[in-house]
Amino acid sequence: MTTTESAVRYEGGTAVVDLPAQIDSTAEHALNDSYAAAIAHGAKTVLLNFAGVDFLSSTGIALIVGILARARKDGRAITASGLSDHYKEIFEITRLADFMTIYADEKTALGGVK
Amino acid sequence: MLTLTRTFRRVIGRAVAVPAPTTKATTARGRALETPPIDIAPNDPILAYFHAGSGAVAIDELQLDSPAVAALRAAGVKLVVPLISQGELIGLLNLGRRLSDQDYSTDDRRLLEKLAAQASPAVRVAQLVREQEAEVRARERIEQELRVAQLIQQQFLPKTLPDLPGWQIAAFYRAAAEVGGDFYDFIPLSDGKIGLVVGDVSGHGVPAALVMATTRSVLRTEAPRLIAPSKILERANELLHADIPQNMFVTCLFAVLDPKTGSLRYANAGHDLPFVRRGTEVEELRATGMPLGAMPGMVYVEKEATLGPGDVILLHSDGLAEAHDPSHAMFGFGRMRTLMGGLGIGEELIEGLMDSLRTFTGPAWEQEDDITLVTLARTPGAVGEHVLAEFRESSAPGNERKIMERVAAVVRDVGLEPKRLERLKTAVSEAAMNAIEHGNHGDAELPVHVRVSTTPSELVVRIVDNGGGREIPEAQTPDLEAKLAGLQKPRGWGLFLIKNMVDDLRTRTTETHHTVELVMRLGGKETRE
Repeated sequence: MTTTESAVRYEGGTAVVDLPAQIDSTAEHALNDSYAAAIAHGAKTVLLNFAGVDFLSSTGIALIVGILARARKDGRAITASGLSDHYKEIFEITRLADFMTIYADEKTALGGVK
Repeated sequence: MLTLTRTFRRVIGRAVAVPAPTTKATTARGRALETPPIDIAPNDPILAYFHAGSGAVAIDELQLDSPAVAALRAAGVKLVVPLISQGELIGLLNLGRRLSDQDYSTDDRRLLEKLAAQASPAVRVAQLVREQEAEVRARERIEQELRVAQLIQQQFLPKTLPDLPGWQIAAFYRAAAEVGGDFYDFIPLSDGKIGLVVGDVSGHGVPAALVMATTRSVLRTEAPRLIAPSKILERANELLHADIPQNMFVTCLFAVLDPKTGSLRYANAGHDLPFVRRGTEVEELRATGMPLGAMPGMVYVEKEATLGPGDVILLHSDGLAEAHDPSHAMFGFGRMRTLMGGLGIGEELIEGLMDSLRTFTGPAWEQEDDITLVTLARTPGAVGEHVLAEFRESSAPGNERKIMERVAAVVRDVGLEPKRLERLKTAVSEAAMNAIEHGNHGDAELPVHVRVSTTPSELVVRIVDNGGGREIPEAQTPDLEAKLAGLQKPRGWGLFLIKNMVDDLRTRTTETHHTVELVMRLGGKETRE
C-alpha cells in the first residue's frame, strides 16, 4: 500500500521523518508539513528516512531541495538514511549528497556514525 | 406584427398585480395582491390591442370578445399596462381597484405608463437571463447523458492489448462528441487463437452504448464455444434480434487468428471491409452478411486468408473513411487504402492515418463519428530491430509511474544488470512525465506512445508526445547552490537526470510531436560508471 503521509518521530534532538513510499508531487504536503512540525518541535536535525521509499522523481528531488533551502535559512541540519543504492547514486549525481549527510540506516544516523 | 414568444407566455402565466398608487406610499407597500395566473391564448384579440401601444387600458371599458379580458375582470383587475420592449409585448402590469375606490386619474395612468416604460427593459433582461439559465441546464443534461454513454463504452473497450509473440498490435479508438456505438475487442480462444472484433452500433449516445455492451457480451460468451466466425455471427444475430430495440442494428467483423500460422478465418455482418497489406499491395478482405439484429435467420459467409511474415491487417469503422473536409468531400476508403500502402505498422500506421485525417479536415473539424482502428502486423522474418512492446498511456497525472513499470516488465529478459535497469526506470519515468506535463500539457485525452525495441547492440525506449513545434531544450546541469540560496526555483532536474541515467539520449521535434529515445547499450560493455 502506498501512503502519502509521512510520520515524524523524535529521538533526542533529532526529528525522524518516515517518508511516504512515493516521493513526487503527491508527497509535497506530507514532506513540507513534517518539516514544519519538526521545526516547531524544536528539532536541531531532521533525518529524512527513505527506508520505505520505492519511487523518487525529479519533482521529489525538487521537494528535498526546497526543504534543504528552508533548513539552511532556519539553521537546521538535514540528514538522510535508508536510501537504496540507486537513489544514493541519484543523490550523488544531483550533488544533494554534498549538502546533507547520508547514513546507511536510521540506527547509524542516530548514533552519528556515517 | 405581434410575435408571441415563449417568454411572453411564461410571463402572462404569472401576471403580477401591483397595488394602485395612492397618495400615501407607506400604506401601499406590502399590500400587493396576487391575481391567479391568467393565460392568454395566442389568438386572443386583446394581444393586438395591447400591442398597438395604447398605453394603460381600463379593462371594464373594453368592448372585446376576449377570454383574457373576461379572466382579468374576474380576477378584479381594473387597469392593465402592457410592458413592451423593442416592439415585443413581454408582460402586463395588472392593477386592481384603487384603495380609495376612485377611478384611476390621467396622472395615475401617466405615472404607470412611465413606470412600465422603464420597467420593461429590466423585465426583458431578467427574462433573457432566465432563458439563458434554462438553456445551460438543458445543455448540462445532454452533456451528462453523453458522459454516461462514454463511460459505458470505455468500460467495455479493452484496457490492454493482447500479447501475441511474433505480432505487433495497436488499437485506436476516439469517440465523437455525440458518442457513436463503435467497439472493438480481443477474445482469447483455445489453442492460443484469438478472436478479433470491430463493430459499429447504429445510432448514438446511451442507447448505442448499451447495445454495444450487449453485443460485446454476446460475442464474448459465444465465441469460445462456437469458434467459427460465421457461426458466432449467426448466433449473435439471433440473440440480438430478440433483445435490441427495433430499427437498431450492429455491423460487425469477426475474425479468428491463429498467431502461430497466420491463418485468419473471418465473417462479416455488414461491416467495413478490413485491409490487408502484403509488401506494398493492399487488398480488401471480402465476405458478405447482413448487420446483426436486423432480421432473424441470417447466414454469414466465412472465408480464410493467411497473413505471412511482414503482412499487416487493418480493421476499422467508418468514422475515418466517412469524415468530411470543409467542402464536404469524403476522406474515403480509397484514400485509406492508398495511405496504408505507404505507411509503417502498429502505432506508426495509426498515427499516419490520423495525421492525414487532420491535414484533410483542417483544424476546425468536429469529429462526426467514432473512429476505431485496430491493426496487427506479423513480424518479418529478417532480423535487425526487434520490437518488444508498443503501447500508449493517457496523459493522466501519475501515469509516468505506470509507463515506467510497463517498460520494466517488458525489458525483464533483455539482460540489463539490476543497477542499469534502475537507471533506465528513472529515465523512463522522467521522460514520460515530461511528455505528460510539457508535451501534452496534462491533457488526459492525449496519448503518450511508448515503443521498446532492441538491436543486437542497444535497447531503445522511444517516448512520443503530442508537443512538437518547440525543441526539447539541451540538458543543463542545475545550479544547486543557487537553488539552496533561494535564487532559483528548486525544480528543473528532469532532463539532467535522464541524461545521466542512460547511455545516450536522442531527441527529435516535428511540427506535431516530440520524440525522446532513451538508449542503453547491450552486450556487457558499459560506457559510463
